[in-house]
Amino acid sequence: MAELSLAQAELHTGEIPKLRAPRTSQRLRNIELGLLCSAFTLTTLAIMFVQFGVVGRVDIHPLGLWTLVFGLTLVVHVILRMVAPQADPLFIPLAFTLNGLGIAEIYRIDLYAQSLGWDALATKQLAWTALALGCVAAVLLIVRDHRALQRYTYTFGLVAVVLLLLPAVPLIGQEISGARVWIHLGPLSFQPGEIAKIALAVFFAGYLVSHRESLSVVGRKFLGIRMPRGRDLGPIIAVWILSMLVIVIQKDLGTGLLFFGLFLVMLYVATARVSWVVLGVSLILLGGALANQFLGYVHDRFANWYDAFNPAIYNAEGGSYQVVQGIFGLAHGGLLGTGLGRGMPYITPVSQSDYIISSLGEELGLAGIFAILCIYVLFIARGLRIGFSGHDDFGGLLAVGLSFVVALQCFIVIGGITRLLPLTGLTTPFLAAGGSSLVANWIIVALLLRISDANRRGSGRVIAQ
Amino acid sequence: MNRELKRLSVVIAVMFLALFVVTTYIQVVAVDSLSADGRNTRVLFDSYKTQRGSIRVDGSPVAISLPSGDEYSFQRTYPDPFVYAQTTGFYSLNHGVMGIEGALNSFLSGTDNAQFLDQLNALLTGKPISGATVDLTLSARVQQAAWDALGTFTGAVTVLEVDTGKIVAMASTPSYDPNSLSSHDENSVIQSYERLVADPSNPLTNRVIDGRMNPPGSTFKLVVAAAALESGKYTPESTFPNPSELLLPQTTVLIHNSDGKTCGPGDVVTMRDALRLSCNIPFAELGMELGSKALLTQAEKFGFNTSFTIPMSVEASSFPLVLDTPQTGLASFGQFDVRATPLQIAMLSAAIANGGVLMTPNVVESITSSDLKPISTFTPREFSRPISPSTAATLRDMMIGDVANGAASNAKISGVDVGGKTGTAENGEDQPYSLWFTGFAGNDAHTYAVTVLIEDGGGMGQNGYGNLLAAPIAKKVLEAVLNK
Repeated sequence: MAELSLAQAELHTGEIPKLRAPRTSQRLRNIELGLLCSAFTLTTLAIMFVQFGVVGRVDIHPLGLWTLVFGLTLVVHVILRMVAPQADPLFIPLAFTLNGLGIAEIYRIDLYAQSLGWDALATKQLAWTALALGCVAAVLLIVRDHRALQRYTYTFGLVAVVLLLLPAVPLIGQEISGARVWIHLGPLSFQPGEIAKIALAVFFAGYLVSHRESLSVVGRKFLGIRMPRGRDLGPIIAVWILSMLVIVIQKDLGTGLLFFGLFLVMLYVATARVSWVVLGVSLILLGGALANQFLGYVHDRFANWYDAFNPAIYNAEGGSYQVVQGIFGLAHGGLLGTGLGRGMPYITPVSQSDYIISSLGEELGLAGIFAILCIYVLFIARGLRIGFSGHDDFGGLLAVGLSFVVALQCFIVIGGITRLLPLTGLTTPFLAAGGSSLVANWIIVALLLRISDANRRGSGRVIAQ
Repeated sequence: MNRELKRLSVVIAVMFLALFVVTTYIQVVAVDSLSADGRNTRVLFDSYKTQRGSIRVDGSPVAISLPSGDEYSFQRTYPDPFVYAQTTGFYSLNHGVMGIEGALNSFLSGTDNAQFLDQLNALLTGKPISGATVDLTLSARVQQAAWDALGTFTGAVTVLEVDTGKIVAMASTPSYDPNSLSSHDENSVIQSYERLVADPSNPLTNRVIDGRMNPPGSTFKLVVAAAALESGKYTPESTFPNPSELLLPQTTVLIHNSDGKTCGPGDVVTMRDALRLSCNIPFAELGMELGSKALLTQAEKFGFNTSFTIPMSVEASSFPLVLDTPQTGLASFGQFDVRATPLQIAMLSAAIANGGVLMTPNVVESITSSDLKPISTFTPREFSRPISPSTAATLRDMMIGDVANGAASNAKISGVDVGGKTGTAENGEDQPYSLWFTGFAGNDAHTYAVTVLIEDGGGMGQNGYGNLLAAPIAKKVLEAVLNK
């Protein structure tokens, strides 16, 4: 809340006379550079603490690799100075910090498991970070004006559907730990759903901006709220079916929920119609009830959730062992954590990917979790801020959608680990081991940077005229 | 769009607020209960890294962690294993924890939130944290006397300081060697554990607070007498018909006094004499007159049907919620479905000897952090006021009479006013009796309540009785308490 109101307060100061100067100011970039250096110091210390904690001495090799990644981030920073100087200065330092903390914790568990070189997930994560930063640079250089994306609204929609359904295709699709969300091409495996969420956000933004009038104005009053016309129901039903397909065919509850939630929120923001939310939430509940009834894996997830500590469920195959051990890990960390490298996060299954937040919570404690959550809140607040100050509806809506997807993903994953919600297999943005997720979230950063830059420059131009 | 965005911001804020709350709950509020879960192997592994705090009696350790030189760093050792086994409990590699080791695990392992500053210090200095030391209220001398007096019997002895509730002795036999469970040799631990669990005499059980519950027999007459006096309708001199057998109403069940005769000479007998001679028939008559509700109320004031912690959890002794008249008759001398722990029976004597004020029993004198700062110290807490001071004084006199020239004569100590009440409870046809003694004696400083339970008839089947086997043990223990 505090961050949000802060963002609103800055909204007004964002138009102070200094920014009206027609000459491009690099003030924001200088702030970004300062923050980035702090983030680099912090994450480097984290990696060093891990080394002290586990092996008792500093190993220069991983630190060298992390410095290389920092170098790449600086390249992105320089590109921003050239092509988007007015972009928000917080996105890159915040994402970089999360990315670094994630690598430190992944590396910590690698050290325990004694996996080294290319077998080590941390090494892969470093490589993926480098690739992701390359993607950020590419997006910034290619997409000079985000409004161009609106022209390809339906292309993005199609791409999203194809990406989503790709894992279901025989030969390239692959089922890992119950969920069919991976595609396999030679040595590379990828979760296309992660990229699909960006394509979907672009599609929703484009579609809703051009159809908002018909979706928001027409319709009959029913039970005190204006219900949409039958023919306008098409899109929401289509997205609902798509989400349900993901849940049924790919056994991926989290992604299904994420997409539908994203659509619902963007629909509401675009049309201001509460009836859509009512309708959407009813559809979610209906889908949830159906899935609980007819899909064994969903039913198990629910049982693992509400009765996790029941010994029978705890000991069952695919039971609540993971959930309960994750909670034990968090509790073991307590207020201040065991210290990096001094806990036992490796007891919990998938402690480097889905359960990274539980691993970090164990070693950094509640203090660390709060800090991480605050970073997310700040990131999301900066994203929403673009929507508030929006001069073009498409950009604003897209920024809101992309920020919300990060927020919802955090909520679903961390809520699942802490038993606020049933557990679903999503990754924690920027932290979890996994290339697709990392690349996708960094692309979100690139888009938010691009839109925020256009926003500020737009306002400058309007006033300058 | 801004109004919708504001609402969305609120929704997102609520989502994250929920995450802040739930992580706070897990990592602060629920830590102790999650650490106590036997499936939480982290706590176990952790404990082997840190030096677990000692458990001490009179300043000497009865459980201590010593450097082991193996991968676990420390070896949990019990210097006087059998005497203290059920109180200390054990700390094992893969069979969890019991006793004080379990109940105060978070303190002993240094993970309790009360040791926050120690944890901070350990975090900053990199030194492993040391657990807190737990001092018990037990007296080594009295505990040893209780253990020696029990000898080869299956049973339990407990002694309470009546004005504070401190547990001065808590012995349970047969016992076991907790060292055999704290060993780092996994296979030998598994063997020992399985053998102990399979042992029909249940050595792992602390019979003072737990385990097979015994009918309290005649010791329960104290509750009935208390209810009668509290009602205001009876005095110790109130009289009851004195037949040699009594047909319980609505049944064909005949009840007798323990010797099969009348309760002393005369057509009527006073409550005082009935208690002194421990006669069943007058108490059955009294109990049925009072009614089961009055007995239930009085029993619950003494602690029946309540479980509490000392800090190990004490199984609730039970008095049935609903009884018909003949059942009430049987319950009035501690039979039918009445069941009690020795600690509960000791609480009867304690309340009587303490002027009607029952103090909450506890076995922990203090918890001290590794840098010698007190974390918690014993504070006497009132459990209830089950009887008025005058009822307490009357019952006290009656119990002293019981030892001086009544059915509890074997607890007599010359020069000391010892109060007592024996019990010889039936466990069913052909089953050996449960033998009881509960009573009190004091010196200038404190009065102590003692309770002795002998299970399985003390090896004498249905021939043993409370005054024969339990009272002499109580006498020895009281002598040790009073330094006689």
